[in-house]
Amino acid sequence: MSLPDPTETFRQEARELLDQLESGLLDLERNPSNADLINSTFRALHTIKGSGAMFGFTEVASFVHEFETTFDRVRKGLSPATPDLIAIALDAKDHVHTLIETPQAAGSEGESILQRLRALVSGKATPAVMAEPAPEAVAPTATPPATGKRWRLRFTLPKDALLYGTNPLLLLEEIRAIGPCEITVLTDRIPPLDDLDPETTYLAWQVDLTADDPAAAIDDVFLFLRDGMDLSLVPLTEESTVAEPANVADPLPASADSVADVSPPMAKRRGKAEAQQLTGVAEKSTSSSLRVPAERLDELMDRVGELVIAQARLTQIAAQSSDGNLKTIAEELERLSSGLRDTTMGIRMVPIGTLFSRFRRLVHDLSRDLDKQIEFVTTGEETELDKTMIEKLADPLVHLIRNSVDHGLEPAASRVAAGKPPTGTVRLSAVYAGAEVAISVAADGAGLDAARIRAKAEENGIIAHDAKLTDQELYQLIFAPGFSTAKEITALSGRGVGMDVVKRTIDGLRGTIDLRTKPGEGTTLTLRLPLTLAIIDGMLVRVGDGRYTIPLAAVEECVELPAEAISTSRGRNFLDIRGALVPFVRLRDIFNTPSEPDQYQKVVIVSSGDGRVGLVVDQIIGNNQTVIKQLSKLHTQLKAFSGATILGDGTVALILDTVHLVGMGQAYEDKFKAETTGRAA
Amino acid sequence: MSNETGAMRALTLRLQDEIFAIEAGSVREILDLVPITEVPNAPAFVGGLINVRGRVVPLADLRVVFDMARPEPDQDTRIVVLEVEIDGEPTIAGILADKVHDVTDIDAALIQEAPRVGMRWRPEFVSGVARRDGGFVIIPNLSRIFSVQGSRTAPSAEERAA
Repeated sequence: MSLPDPTETFRQEARELLDQLESGLLDLERNPSNADLINSTFRALHTIKGSGAMFGFTEVASFVHEFETTFDRVRKGLSPATPDLIAIALDAKDHVHTLIETPQAAGSEGESILQRLRALVSGKATPAVMAEPAPEAVAPTATPPATGKRWRLRFTLPKDALLYGTNPLLLLEEIRAIGPCEITVLTDRIPPLDDLDPETTYLAWQVDLTADDPAAAIDDVFLFLRDGMDLSLVPLTEESTVAEPANVADPLPASADSVADVSPPMAKRRGKAEAQQLTGVAEKSTSSSLRVPAERLDELMDRVGELVIAQARLTQIAAQSSDGNLKTIAEELERLSSGLRDTTMGIRMVPIGTLFSRFRRLVHDLSRDLDKQIEFVTTGEETELDKTMIEKLADPLVHLIRNSVDHGLEPAASRVAAGKPPTGTVRLSAVYAGAEVAISVAADGAGLDAARIRAKAEENGIIAHDAKLTDQELYQLIFAPGFSTAKEITALSGRGVGMDVVKRTIDGLRGTIDLRTKPGEGTTLTLRLPLTLAIIDGMLVRVGDGRYTIPLAAVEECVELPAEAISTSRGRNFLDIRGALVPFVRLRDIFNTPSEPDQYQKVVIVSSGDGRVGLVVDQIIGNNQTVIKQLSKLHTQLKAFSGATILGDGTVALILDTVHLVGMGQAYEDKFKAETTGRAA
Repeated sequence: MSNETGAMRALTLRLQDEIFAIEAGSVREILDLVPITEVPNAPAFVGGLINVRGRVVPLADLRVVFDMARPEPDQDTRIVVLEVEIDGEPTIAGILADKVHDVTDIDAALIQEAPRVGMRWRPEFVSGVARRDGGFVIIPNLSRIFSVQGSRTAPSAEERAA
């Protein structure tokens, strides 16, 4: 077991806290007087400050400290949480984010944000507060300063410290300047004389220090040595029990008064609170969730996959055996492994709400920057998707939402003129649909303008001037590389990520994009993504000598291919399924199967989105658990297959890509319709 | 092929009437023939998939690249599982061998660059030719072969069917 990098742990925690802070601020904007919201925002700030200082992010800590100080006035009801304040607070949050993620990229905007914040909140109340955190300025009237806290500092210098000219005596001298202290030298690492290298530092020091808040000062002392050295600073324990508010470590104090305990005195006792706060955070995360590196989950998934394959073999052997005990065990194991499979896959699944909540901020900013009133509605947050997929969806969705707001929604005046409410609505929803998840972004804007798209496409040379295209085909052009219809490129769209990139990302996830638009009523873009789970339930079919797996979730029903369909195989390839015409494709044609077809052909009807297609096979073998294995680079150009799996007898079977096959069926249907209407005309 | 190390440790195998040498370090294992799953519409060079210890691995047939006859497998046929770089990405693949001979050291001094002319095969697919036991051993450039052949698409039957 390797210990995770504490800095990374802090970053992860800070990310979550910042998200929490952001959603708190956004909620606060709608609901400015809600004390719970204000308190939870305050708590998030406080925790970031505490653990930031603990992990050496002093700049973060001091910035957040200022931020918190100012925000404290809101908490005390001295300043209202106005939209302006929220806007600055959001900027401040972004600044903290930069400080944590890419400290080298952070400029000096921090001070100006603080200035604005201070000016807005009070003007005069906290004029003395400058860059250096001055705890006394926080709440001069609160409890007297708790001086004389004792700390134990232990440090070892890098081995080559002397070589580089460090003088430990000077360092000790500097520490002594922080406060009264007792220095002990630890000599246990000094080797026998023969092994002693006079140029190496073997000593370590323990300093019992009496000071208010020595963390920052100590950091300064060791500024140039931090990389190679061990340093620990802990409050001396016999004192830490006295004045601590009982609920500091409580991860979620619910009532407002318990929080009131925490804050102003806490600012004073910052140093110690840090340690406490940290344990509080740790307790919180162990009780509710556990951080596990994604690779370990992948490994677990692989193992479960192997187990499922082994179990399939056992089941097959048991089926041929007459041994009752063996059969019982095989059944038991089947049940267990399928349970284990579901649990393991469940671990990787994350509700898409984690992603949706990020977009609230986006819409908020868009609304402000474009001066459009927007209502942002999300549904289906509980829909779960594989974590890796969720991560890859973030950028495409940002782009789709941005486009919907920027190009889709009209300014309030035109909306009113068109008889619509002045506030535009953007709906983001996620829903399960068979073997897929459909995520849609709908805006009740003006809808796509086919004529304008056409003009733009011609101008950019994407289509020829005389090209005959249906409106639907024209709409698809927005996904073409090098296409942009915005009359003027705004700062928001046109940042280099085009719809073509969105399309490519979604293609890469084996998903599709549907586009529906109604002039004057709005546009809906729907992403359909396979629930790329590592293991799925499959239906095993045979075509010629080959066996193939169809994801069961996509299968609607199985029927026998009617005799008349066989005889007219050169004519129209449609089946009448309870009154609806469903196109069908013969897999043996697609796969160039040389052998004779079975006498009774079966049709497996699969669906994807709104489309359906019948797949004609020779035999339906049955259901199986399918461990999806990716195809190698050598076979990725074969669109009909989404992967391969290993069957109970150890042979490999290909998994059919239903989305692609349905697309083929639809292309056939469109072509057929075009031909028949063409003939009629 | 490294002249400075002095010798190349290689697995020699037979494809039809030619002997090929493959760098032994890239070979993972040698398998007896296993059931091969045909991949419809895949290029003939990588027309199959096999199961190697729970892993789905593409099976390539170098005989396609070197325009050789491809008789049915017999009792000498083996599958050599190896790691090959395809467009810079290490990939596990199997290749069919009519017979696997042995692991041997080939003296670097005996390895020559493939002659640009007078050879039956595309010179880019051959890294070198070595003289051995009075005959020739061909050292194929597997990475090149897989990168070029793997991206070649068979005439798509899908459009025809649709």
